Amino acid sequence: MAKVTKLTRPNLSKTDELYLVGIFKGTLVTLKHALKSVLGKSRGADSLNSSGLGVTMQYPEEKWDDQLPEYYRGAPALVTDEQDRERCVSCQLCEFICPPKAIKIIPGDIPEDDEWSKVEKKPKEFEIDMIRCIYCGLCEEVCPEQAIYLRKDYAITGTSREEMVHDKDRLYEIGGKRVGLVNKWNELK
Amino acid sequence: MEALIPIIIILAKVIGITFVLTLPIIAYSVYAERRFAAIIQDRVGPNRTGIPLTIFGLKKDISFFGLLQPLADGLKFILKEDFVPSHVNKFFFWLAPALTMVPALVTLSVVPFGSSFFGEKLVIADVSVGPLMIFAVASLSVYGITIAGWASNNKYSFFGGVRSCAQMISYEIALGLSVIPVLMHFGDLNLSNIVAEQAKNGWLLLPLWGDEGLTTERLLLWFPMIISFFIFTISIFAETNRMPFDLPECETELVGGYHTEYSSMKFALFFLGEYAAMIVGSALIVTLFLGGWSIGFGADAWVIETCGNWAGLIHLGVFLVKLVAFILFFILIRWTVPRFRYDQLMKLGWVVFFELALINILITAVIMTWTEGNLSNFELGATIAGVSIFSIVMFYIAKSLEKMLASDAKKEA
Repeated sequence: MAKVTKLTRPNLSKTDELYLVGIFKGTLVTLKHALKSVLGKSRGADSLNSSGLGVTMQYPEEKWDDQLPEYYRGAPALVTDEQDRERCVSCQLCEFICPPKAIKIIPGDIPEDDEWSKVEKKPKEFEIDMIRCIYCGLCEEVCPEQAIYLRKDYAITGTSREEMVHDKDRLYEIGGKRVGLVNKWNELK
Repeated sequence: MEALIPIIIILAKVIGITFVLTLPIIAYSVYAERRFAAIIQDRVGPNRTGIPLTIFGLKKDISFFGLLQPLADGLKFILKEDFVPSHVNKFFFWLAPALTMVPALVTLSVVPFGSSFFGEKLVIADVSVGPLMIFAVASLSVYGITIAGWASNNKYSFFGGVRSCAQMISYEIALGLSVIPVLMHFGDLNLSNIVAEQAKNGWLLLPLWGDEGLTTERLLLWFPMIISFFIFTISIFAETNRMPFDLPECETELVGGYHTEYSSMKFALFFLGEYAAMIVGSALIVTLFLGGWSIGFGADAWVIETCGNWAGLIHLGVFLVKLVAFILFFILIRWTVPRFRYDQLMKLGWVVFFELALINILITAVIMTWTEGNLSNFELGATIAGVSIFSIVMFYIAKSLEKMLASDAKKEA
C-alpha cells in the first residue's frame, strides 16, 4: 500500500504575496537571457555550435555533419569492394526483412567470361524507395556480404515520387567504395 | 477652396497617423513580438523573409533580418480560405472582427503624436474629453470578443467570450478610477494640453524640472501617481488581453478561445485588433504618465526655438521611441509572467485594485487641498482621519471578501 502524503501550499511571506518583487526578478531573468542570446553567450551556445544568436545553428548554411556519430543511420546504400566488385550477390535477404518493403531486387547472372564469374550473381536492378524507407538498418544487419550500409546522408529530397526511388547507380554513388572488410571472394586472402 | 483646406488637413492627419504610422507599427509589433520572444528563449526567430532573389535565378536572397515577415504574414492571411462554419450565426460572426479592430483604431484619434508641425497639432481630434473618449470607445471592443464567442456557437469560444466580458468589466473600473488622480492633478481632459503641461513642468513620473523644480507638493503627489501608474498599466494589460491576463484566448484551456472558429482575414483582424489595443494602451500610458512627445529635462522649449516648424517631427520621433519601448515592455512581460488563474484574476481586480484606486483618489485629494493651504490644522486632521477610516473600511471589505472566496473554494473542494 502506497503511503499518501498530503502536501500543503507553502506559506508566502509578505514580499512574496506582493507579487511585484517576483515579477521584477522574473523580468531580470528574461532580460538576462535576451542579452546573453544577442551576444551569443547563451548557456550551451558553444557546445551546440550556435550561429551567434541564441543556441540555434542555422540549418542550410551551417550543418551538424562532422558531429554525426559513427552509428548514425542515414540513407541505405550499396558499396563496392577494393577491386570495384559489386558486393551484393542479390540473395534478397534485405528485400525480405525490410519492414516497410522499400527494397526491390531483380537478380541477374554474372557472365562466364567475367573476372568474378565464380560469384555467380549480382543484382540486375536494385531499387530502394526512399519514401518508404524508415532508416531502421535491418538491411545492413542482415546482409551476409556486407554490401549494404546506412550512410550519413540524411537530406534525401525530391520533387516527385520517381525521383525518390534510388536505383542501382544512385545507390553505388552514395555508397562508394568500402575497403578492409571480409575478403570472402578475394584471391588475396 | 478655402473651405476645403481644413478637410484636406484632417484627411492628411487621418491617413498619416492611422495608415502610415500606426498600421505598420501594428504589423511590426507582431514581428517584434516573435523576434523578442525568440531572443528571450535563446532562439533566432523569423530572420529569413526578404526579397527572394533566388526565384529570379540569382545566387542569394536578401533577408534584411526577416523584416519583410509582416508582409508575408499579411499575404498569407489574405490568400487563405475564409471559412465560415455552417453552425455559426452569420451576421454576428462577420460583425465581431470589425468590432474588435475598429474601436482600437478610433481611439487613436485623440492621442497626441507630437507637438505642432507648421502650426498644425499632430493629433487628429484635439477634443477636451480625451481619456473619457478613449475609455468609452475602447470598452466597445469587449462587444467584439463577446459577440465572437457567442456567434461561434461553440462552447470553448463561448467561454472565451464570457471570460473576456467579466475580465474587461472588472478591470475597466480600476482603469477608470486609477486615472482620476492624474486628471485631478492636471485639471484638464485634453491630452494635448496634458502633454504640453508635462513638457513644461516635468513628466508625471519624473517631476524634476520646470519653473518650480521638485517642490514638496510634487514630491508628495509623486507617490499616488506611482500607484496610479501601476494600477493603470496592469489594467491596460488586462484590457488588451495581454499575457498574464490572456484568459479569453488561453490555448491550454479553451483551444483558441473566442477566435477558435475564425480563419483567414477575420482571424487577422482579431489578432491585429489585440496589437492595436496594445499600441493605444501604450500610447495612453506614455501620454499620461511619461510625458507623451516631450523630450524632457527642459529640452522641449529649446527644440521648438531652434527647429521652429520642424520641432513637431522631432517630438513625433520621441513619442514613437517611447511607444516602441513600452511595446517591448509589454512583450517582455508576456514572456516572463505565467497566466493567472481565473479566480486570482478576479480577486486582483475586485479585491486589490478597486479599493487601492479609491483610496488613491482620496489621498491625492487630501494632498492637493493641503498644499493649496486653505486648511486649518483641525480640518487637515479631520480629512486625514477620514481617509484613514475609509482605507481601513476598504481593507476590511477586501479581507472579508477574500475570506469569503477562500471559504467558498473550500466548500467546493
